[in-house]
Amino acid sequence: MGELAAFIILSAIALVSAVVVVTSGNIVRSALSLVPTFLGVTGLYILLQAEFVAGIQVLIYAGAITVLILFVIMLTEGGTGLRVRQVNEQVAAGLLATVVLAGLLIGVFLRTDWPRGPGALPQYTAEAIGRTFLTTAVLIFEVTSLLLLVSLIGAIIVARRER
Amino acid sequence: MQVGLTHYLIVSALLFCLGLYAVLTRRNAVAILMGIELMLNAANVNLVAFNKYVAPAALSGQVFALVVITLAACEAGVGLALVMAAYRNLETVHVDEINLMKW
Repeated sequence: MGELAAFIILSAIALVSAVVVVTSGNIVRSALSLVPTFLGVTGLYILLQAEFVAGIQVLIYAGAITVLILFVIMLTEGGTGLRVRQVNEQVAAGLLATVVLAGLLIGVFLRTDWPRGPGALPQYTAEAIGRTFLTTAVLIFEVTSLLLLVSLIGAIIVARRER
Repeated sequence: MQVGLTHYLIVSALLFCLGLYAVLTRRNAVAILMGIELMLNAANVNLVAFNKYVAPAALSGQVFALVVITLAACEAGVGLALVMAAYRNLETVHVDEINLMKW
């Protein structure tokens, strides 16, 4: 019962602030509304016993990415963008496509009989995740670190002022 | 009533559709990137939920979610650098005004 209440509250926080992100005409407000969205999703991770993913979510999404987005807004728009039209002319078509897709997805999810796997998650997932990253998923780990390096250099080169 | 896999899938579908709506209708490139972040978050919720309910013995879902978070950080960095470069050269961040390669 408590789990259901927590789930409903966290989902409501995430979805309501996501609606603000999507619809607000003030771009700074939508960037700041990303934070409660990410924190609601973090709560969902904790409900799903993924504490390590939840911690990383707070650090990277709610911390780094939001700050980065706010910096770029301040550097480009020079303010909130309230005087500028924020949506293009395909609002009706986009809304229609989104609602149709949402209905389709939810219909499929409700009709499908999902399998239940045996076993249970380990009590402390962080240790098991570390083991997995250094044994079976070591290739993904190394490729991801290489990709981080490449995107670091790429971002610096692209954003650098040319002279 | 127990919280099941379907509940998480529905929440993540709604989150994904909100992100898709932002990508389809926003003019500001930064707002489009925010929509992409929402969609990646929805995918992550799916991965972690499937990990718990369908294959709890293996931790592949959470490992994948961590990789996706890393890639989202990369994508945000490079994407925002591109927005900065476009703003410096074209004086706009509105994607419907960036049409140099369109006839």
